Amino acid sequence: MVWEFLQNPIFQITIRSLHISGTATLLSALWSLPLGILIGMKSFSGKQFAKGIFNALLGMPTVALGLILYLLFSRTGALGFLHLFPSPQAIIIGQAILVTPIIVSLTISAVESVDPEIVDLAKTLGASELEASLAVLRESIGGVVLAIIASFNRAIAELGVALAVGGNIRGFTQVLTTTIALEVNRGKIEYSIQLMIILLAIVFAITILTNLLQRRIK
Amino acid sequence: MQRNIVIWITALILVAVVSVAGTVYYVGGGPKKKLVVSTTTSLYDTELLDTIEDQFEAKYSIDLYFISVGTGLAIKHAERGDADMILVHAPSKELSFLEGGYGVCRKIIAYNFFAIVGPEADPANIKDLSPTQALSNIVETGRNEDAKWVSRGDDSGTHTKEKGLWTTAGFNWTTLRNEEWYVEAGAGMGKTLQVSDNLDAYTLADMGTYLKYYKDGIISLEALVTEGEELLNVYSAIAGNQTRHSGINFDGAITFIKFLTSEEGQEIIANFGKDMYGQSLFYPAVDLLKHNTVPTMVQWIKNYAFFNGYECPPEYQDDHPELYT
Repeated sequence: MVWEFLQNPIFQITIRSLHISGTATLLSALWSLPLGILIGMKSFSGKQFAKGIFNALLGMPTVALGLILYLLFSRTGALGFLHLFPSPQAIIIGQAILVTPIIVSLTISAVESVDPEIVDLAKTLGASELEASLAVLRESIGGVVLAIIASFNRAIAELGVALAVGGNIRGFTQVLTTTIALEVNRGKIEYSIQLMIILLAIVFAITILTNLLQRRIK
Repeated sequence: MQRNIVIWITALILVAVVSVAGTVYYVGGGPKKKLVVSTTTSLYDTELLDTIEDQFEAKYSIDLYFISVGTGLAIKHAERGDADMILVHAPSKELSFLEGGYGVCRKIIAYNFFAIVGPEADPANIKDLSPTQALSNIVETGRNEDAKWVSRGDDSGTHTKEKGLWTTAGFNWTTLRNEEWYVEAGAGMGKTLQVSDNLDAYTLADMGTYLKYYKDGIISLEALVTEGEELLNVYSAIAGNQTRHSGINFDGAITFIKFLTSEEGQEIIANFGKDMYGQSLFYPAVDLLKHNTVPTMVQWIKNYAFFNGYECPPEYQDDHPELYT
């Protein structure tokens, strides 16, 4: 009974979607959070320019990113030796890149909204640069969590990258969005509706969670 | 408090690392070899490939990965080394693919017919006409704004066939596509049928996909012109060329091609859809060609899908003559 449920394609596709987009978001957080905190805390000459770049990249069309990544990951592409096309890792990398500007931009805003005196205060109390950064991070943790949640939402709902570098392969790279897109073409509307409901449930649940968090922080 | 944050960050890094490691493990750790097959949408949309996959994987230690993209992109995938083999249906393109040195060991696996399908009202009066006459009528009616034509518009096998049919009927496709009544869907077969159905338009469809969609009640278009040598549709399997892309799973591709052309594989093709649709969606081609069981049919296939009298010219047989005996 349980085994059958675990073998159910809908369950497997849902788990795969959560896993791929979750990993992508966490992976992206590894570089995006430090980058966001750094840009947010420091004042340097190209700061507005850097912020502008990340803001512009927020609107990156997923088909464009998908095509670029396909050309890179393709056997004859620059990164062809990695044999990443088609694979779930390729989707993870793609979605991690896709959400980078979201985490960076939102983290910058969160960090900038922290009272700058905190840094000075921490430093007068003998904190090192890293310790001061951590103090800022603690103050802006609400915004940072929001950034990560919003990124996950974007990742799990995107189609372009997953289709271009994953290929919607049954039992391997099929995620919710690609399955819905291709099963509709196949005329399997009811199956698609089931998957759509799951996708919507995930996205809405996360949006509601985000709103609740936002209210608590304010 | 700051220690808390350090713990959180460490936890975050740990989770990320474990997730990535987990992905690498579950993707790379499997004992089965992968075989990436880029395929025309018609074989995929009808679910024939799902049936084949189940039976093949039960027998061999190879994981089949189908990417459904249409003949144009399938060939591109193989040219770039992204697919180990392809399943396609556009002989003219297959020939240039072979000649370009990208593929070897072509085998014709199945055939069926294209159909010109359209609304039941049939404003262009094409029912049971010859394909070329039917197309002339559609152009005329279209220009009078009483009919529409939906084209795949995606460089697929069906699209290639459509362009060929326009030429046979005496029209220039490049000018037709700019006319009002000519709609380019830029989509796979299933989607294109759905678009035509919504627009009450005519379109060219492979019989397999059409029948499935019609019998499943997804579309109500009628198959109006279904006969004639011009409408023949031939499916082939071609392995990638390992001297060009050394990383491909060539042995796997040959194993799969042998399975498709074996009695067992041909049986799956012959029986697919019989119980659901009352008739086969695809006809097996191997026995027919080998024993010349229906001479007219064999002649049609040879006229349309053979190159210089060969299913696969000897220079592209790549030390696998056993496929052709």
